[in-house]
Amino acid sequence: MPFHQLIVVGGGLAGLRAAIEAKQAGVDVAILSQVHPSRSHSGAAQGGVNAALANHPDAADDSPQKHAFDTVKGADFLADQQAALQMTTDAVPAIYELEHWGCPFSRFDDGRIAQRPFGGAGYPRTCYGADKTGLYMLHTLVQQAYRLQITMYVERFVCRLIVEDGVCRGVVAYDMTKGGFQEFRGDAVVVAIGGAGRTYSNTTNAVISTGFVSALAYQAGVPLKDMEFVQFHPTGLYTTHILMTEGCRGEGGYLLNKDGERFMARYAPKAMELAPRDITSRSIQTEINEGRGIDGKDFVYLDLRHLGAEKLAERLPGTRDLAIHFEGVDPVYEPIPIAPAQHYSMGGIDTDVDGATRMEGLYAAGECACVSVHGANRLGGNSLLETVVIGRRAGAAAARFVQGKAAGGGGAEGAAVASLEAEIAELAARDGSEDAYAIREEMTETMRIHFGIYREGETMQQGLDKLLAMKERLKRAKLRFTGGVWNIDLIRTLELEGMLDMALATASGALAREESRGSHSRRDFTARDDERWLTHTLARYQPDGGAPKLEYTPVELGLFEPEERKY
Amino acid sequence: MPDVTLKIRRYDPADTREPRWQEFVVPVGASMTVLEALFWIQEHTDGSLAFRYCCRSSICGSCAMYINGRYRLACQTNLSHLGVDTVTVAPLPHVPVVRDLVWDMDDFFEKYEAIKPWLIRNSQTPDTEVLQSPEERHKLNMPIDCILCASCYSSCPSVWGEQNFLGPAALLCAYRFEVDSRDEAGKERLPSWDNERGVYRCHTITNCIEACPKELSPTEGIQWLKGSAVRRRLLGRKK
Repeated sequence: MPFHQLIVVGGGLAGLRAAIEAKQAGVDVAILSQVHPSRSHSGAAQGGVNAALANHPDAADDSPQKHAFDTVKGADFLADQQAALQMTTDAVPAIYELEHWGCPFSRFDDGRIAQRPFGGAGYPRTCYGADKTGLYMLHTLVQQAYRLQITMYVERFVCRLIVEDGVCRGVVAYDMTKGGFQEFRGDAVVVAIGGAGRTYSNTTNAVISTGFVSALAYQAGVPLKDMEFVQFHPTGLYTTHILMTEGCRGEGGYLLNKDGERFMARYAPKAMELAPRDITSRSIQTEINEGRGIDGKDFVYLDLRHLGAEKLAERLPGTRDLAIHFEGVDPVYEPIPIAPAQHYSMGGIDTDVDGATRMEGLYAAGECACVSVHGANRLGGNSLLETVVIGRRAGAAAARFVQGKAAGGGGAEGAAVASLEAEIAELAARDGSEDAYAIREEMTETMRIHFGIYREGETMQQGLDKLLAMKERLKRAKLRFTGGVWNIDLIRTLELEGMLDMALATASGALAREESRGSHSRRDFTARDDERWLTHTLARYQPDGGAPKLEYTPVELGLFEPEERKY
Repeated sequence: MPDVTLKIRRYDPADTREPRWQEFVVPVGASMTVLEALFWIQEHTDGSLAFRYCCRSSICGSCAMYINGRYRLACQTNLSHLGVDTVTVAPLPHVPVVRDLVWDMDDFFEKYEAIKPWLIRNSQTPDTEVLQSPEERHKLNMPIDCILCASCYSSCPSVWGEQNFLGPAALLCAYRFEVDSRDEAGKERLPSWDNERGVYRCHTITNCIEACPKELSPTEGIQWLKGSAVRRRLLGRKK
């Protein structure tokens, strides 16, 4: 049975950064990942990463303080303000560190890192590498992991957390290549598995972004925070929901309705297309709902034609390729059909600014975690930032934790594997009167329809009831394939229960929160209500299969007074 | 849209049968990709089908396959654009198959690691960024877009013939760092690619260029490296 002082689950930016920090501190660390780390969904991030470097001529007086204010205002004041300031302060050295490790950021003429305007930001502070910033950052960290000879267990699907006496002591993983299950024990575990976007049918997220390991932590008693806050990106490709970066608008792209009107003038007259994502997505949805979608359909146009072929080639080459390959549209000559699509989970495993959860030995970082630095709405360019900043902090905190204790081990070796194998045997022996893939499709459609951009009490209650029924029905769904090697059926069947739990946490939190704040927009409670709801939601898992129990915990204020958001 | 038949290469190490072709009929929506069709089969017809997947938007490099006799990303290949009723889907050729469309990439990544794919610096690290002009940065445009899908690796006759050969992707990455104005590797990285398993095994057959779904040119990088080796070893230049 492999033992490593620190087990990192997930090889995306947050997991890699945590592992690098721990390794540099002298800790024996291993990464377990469902895909080779270079394939992680961090690589699909496009537009950039925020830091107040003040490299842009229009940003000479930018500062971490101003970046923090924009972040908190963008969050509709639900972010913890000291944590946001910590992130924006750590941002500057984090970007220079990436650069020193070789990350190929685009450059200004003076040789400094280029920065572009992004939504909800008072200054152009989004550092970028063309429109493949996530790919370049991810490969840079993968390369550093190779340099540091960090142990990487690739194509291991983590399907259990080992928790003994309330302490997290490792994981059980399915070895996709060889088959079989294996315990990996450690003195601490960092979960960095990304968001749960695949609980929605209309998502920009990768197929592996299920939130499954977050659900394992949740089922083990760790609360999920603010799960009702789900970001819809304004510009998903119409037919596939594939992301068209905010950089398109940062570089000057327009949003047009069927009349060719730049409709953002009516919703955010100053910021126009560069309003924060919640506001821009609602504006697009309103245009569509009021019949001003293109040809009366449910999409509008993202128009980049006026930027010209040369600028597109230099700044947005990936965007052009995606539009051509996946929508059959060349943005040099035609406007791109887009509609808002689920993009990001603001909520997640409840952590502090060092990634520590409420369970000893368990840390979380990146999209799967909720510090909260994004509050009710994340600004574009702040998620790549969070991965490296909080990833580093979580790696450092976990390193301190494991170095402060005697070597671990203990526990009944093999017990976790045996119980998992028994459970899988039970899965395979079910009557199969329900179909897991049909339930998956129903779940994702329920989330899209009942918990989308605009929400209402009655329809949310219906959606919640459907999800609860699905959890019951899932007990009759059967594992179809029992083969040992590369069993996708096993992975996707196991995943589904966790996805339903993540969806239920979102649904319950959303139904309970009787206000509109950030991405959570209710037709029956249209105003923000600081009196009652300037508070974080904590969802507690209920083993009886019912909806989660909700608790509330205060938002950390103190730096910026909550104000009305106008852009 | 009419149905399309996917003729898929199946192999299971637990099965005594030889690798074989199996046909599946898939109802094709307006814009169904090969990857979506594989998921449709896995969900509706045969839960045992194995294939790699992740981003479904041509950036993660998981789903490179041999589709209708060409190297393609399954997620980027629209069935309706192929214009045929039957589409063959096989794992990348000339590499060891694990099961169905999944192959063993350990060698591929070991070779990637072998070229020291990281920036090497000797100077004092500045407090801010190491400056790089847009022109210097421009030289990185091609190699940094590699998604490690290994289409080039599978397509290269020199890889087929000499298993020790690093292959186009690893060498493209060596080029990416050697050509970076910030890199100060000097001769530190050179021995990893300037050797019998390195650049000299490339005979400019250029299959890699044709195979690359990102339209990159590993050959160009490898030729630059060959020139650089000559410049360094015979002419005493830095790069």
